[in-house]
Amino acid sequence: MAEITIKNVSKVYGDGYSAVDNVSLDIADGEFVILVGPSGCGKSTLLRMIVGLEDITEGDLLIGGQRVNEKAPRDRNLSMVFQNYALYPHLTIFENIAFPLRLRGVAQDEIRKRVEESAATLDLTEHLQRKPSQLSGGQRQRVAMGRAIVRQADAFLFDEPLSNLDAKLRGQMRTEISRLQRRLGITTVYVTHDQTEAMTLGDRVAVLRKGVIEQVSTPRGLYEHPVNLFVAGFIGSPPMNFLPCSVKGDTLELPFLSCPLGREIAERVADRKLLIAGIRPEHFEDAALVEDSKKEKGVSFRVKVDVTEWLGNSQYAYVPYDAPADIKASLASLEKELDSEQLRTQMIVSVDAASRIRDGDEAELWLDPSRMQLFDPQSGHNLTLLNEERESAPPSSPTGAPSSAAARAGTTQTLAEDGATRKT
Amino acid sequence: MSSSSTRNRVGWIVGAVIIIAYTMLPIGWILSLSFKGGDDITNKQFLPTKWSLENFRTVFSNDLFTTALRNSIGVALISTLIGVIFAMFAAYAIARLEFPGKKLILSVALAIAMFPVVALVSPLFNMWRSVHLFDTWPGLIIPYVSFTLPLSIWTLSAFFREIPWEMEQAAQVDGATPWQAFRKVIVPLAAPGVFTAAILAFFFAWNEYPLALALTSTTKAKTVPPALASFTGASQFQSATAAIAAAAVVVTVPVIVIVLLFQRRIVAGLTSGAVKG
Ligand SMILES: Nc1ncnc2c1ncn2[C@@H]1O[C@H](COP(=O)(O)OP(=O)(O)OP(=O)(O)O)[C@@H](O)[C@H]1O
Ligand SMILES: [Mg+2]
Repeated sequence: MAEITIKNVSKVYGDGYSAVDNVSLDIADGEFVILVGPSGCGKSTLLRMIVGLEDITEGDLLIGGQRVNEKAPRDRNLSMVFQNYALYPHLTIFENIAFPLRLRGVAQDEIRKRVEESAATLDLTEHLQRKPSQLSGGQRQRVAMGRAIVRQADAFLFDEPLSNLDAKLRGQMRTEISRLQRRLGITTVYVTHDQTEAMTLGDRVAVLRKGVIEQVSTPRGLYEHPVNLFVAGFIGSPPMNFLPCSVKGDTLELPFLSCPLGREIAERVADRKLLIAGIRPEHFEDAALVEDSKKEKGVSFRVKVDVTEWLGNSQYAYVPYDAPADIKASLASLEKELDSEQLRTQMIVSVDAASRIRDGDEAELWLDPSRMQLFDPQSGHNLTLLNEERESAPPSSPTGAPSSAAARAGTTQTLAEDGATRKT
Repeated sequence: MSSSSTRNRVGWIVGAVIIIAYTMLPIGWILSLSFKGGDDITNKQFLPTKWSLENFRTVFSNDLFTTALRNSIGVALISTLIGVIFAMFAAYAIARLEFPGKKLILSVALAIAMFPVVALVSPLFNMWRSVHLFDTWPGLIIPYVSFTLPLSIWTLSAFFREIPWEMEQAAQVDGATPWQAFRKVIVPLAAPGVFTAAILAFFFAWNEYPLALALTSTTKAKTVPPALASFTGASQFQSATAAIAAAAVVVTVPVIVIVLLFQRRIVAGLTSGAVKG
């Protein structure tokens, strides 16, 4: 077991493409860290540099305090699960799992014992004498895991291990991986672009964008205090709504409503006329279903609902709106980067499943403005966050853990004067 | 629709029968010749009047043939072994590594494969005599290896390229040296390719005629194809045709057996199950 320290690491591929740019990240011993980001942002490249399959162009990589830049993969004592499992098709499951041990010259009895142990953990005992081609996708995935856990590696590296499985199996394996990691307590770096995996598995999540770490934080920190538009838009499903808004004295004017603005924030953003407000769909509610005591703490407004989607346990309503051209353009480019394709500017509102709002209705919605985030349309920075917090996040402070602790503490300023209301 | 598809089927079957008959006819004829004992060869019919093993007895009691057979087996096996091992390394480098001159190597290899063997006969003859390789096994093995290498390299590099990179990277992460990854993962996975290359190389060496004829002179190194040509019958006055046919059958049968034996392995598709499929 060991901690992994990534210091100002960059990767420039042979064709001159800079896939990872000056990334620093501290992964504590036993920590579960997720690398997440849109396709092509350099997640796999970073992971492969850690495991040694890709040369590090610049910077240092330390495992357990030792610089390993020049070490071959076999000398780093890490184990990796590949996206397509990379099982050895000519070997039985037993031999697949035993492979790393055989290479290390472990005695036959010991090999048998350890392979059987791993197989039992992963429920593979009855398949040990079969070949990989005779197993199902989920079983193959478990074999790949077995091969990773059979030796005492210093860390586990996963590159989208579940992306080849169907949704149900993915859910099962996710809990399986989580349980296994907790039990073994081994440092883990996990690459994914699945929201749920990122939010549920990791102690901390690093969001990458074009080879740069945008923010490292706990899942909750990312969700509640994203440092910029990119992180805000990437984390969360359905995504955060970005609405154009402007500041008029003490009030913030949005397309459908206006709400009071905290004094300090008002001062800070006074010089910017046009802002982007980020509101999560679940921060809205059908006004008819909000208790009176709670209603006072937010604002109610009327909108025309275009389409609704009823999902049984929740309900989404889509509300189109118009945005100024420049905001539209900046939102469009953001969406392109996030691989999402929104055809029109519309707001997604999550209301209770019991809500009677239907397609085409004029509905009264309620919003708790205290949880709204304000972003600068040009730089994308989150203006709601205190300065020091913002600074500590993007280039990922050399000591990652404390910064995440800060994020967890939630030093956000609330927007409304009486913004102490927080749903639990 | 269905009538056109049945017509299609019939067409295929008729075509297949014609081709099989056309290719099997000479083989069948040689087979039947080899069983015609004595003067039966002049019986003016396809099948022997009386099946006899006389010709086979003649061939195997002939020193010229048995030593030639030994030479053939030795030379073909050794040149196949050396050629395939060389080709494996070369093909691996070509499939996996980026290095300057890769394209050049491949095109030169192809050019060599196209080079007419006959053009090399007399220069090699002169050279081998001065370096004392004339009429020796190495004297045949060396040119055979160089003539089979190109094809083996092409075949094997195609197979290596098919093996996912991840196989090897997984092995490396599991703690294998590059050599171990090659030996324990890549080679077994490329086994169908290795068999294919080996069989092709073996056939070349087994069947090769012009070089074997020119570069050997005695039973020391003469292989079966040139030996057959200098064959005579049981007696001077008997036509050697039947004996030659028997010898031809003897040298063809192992080849057919090998093909049938390994065909299974070639088709086996060992790589299935490596990745999600
Ligand atoms: N061998 C290579 N040579 C040149 N460029 C490469 C190479 N491998 C990857 N890249 C580039 O580096 C960038 C990052 O690739 P990487 O595989 O790390 O992306 P990723 O974040 O893992 O994406 P995905 O989620 O699609 O797997 C991509 O833009 C890709 O085009
Ligand atoms: Mg990837």
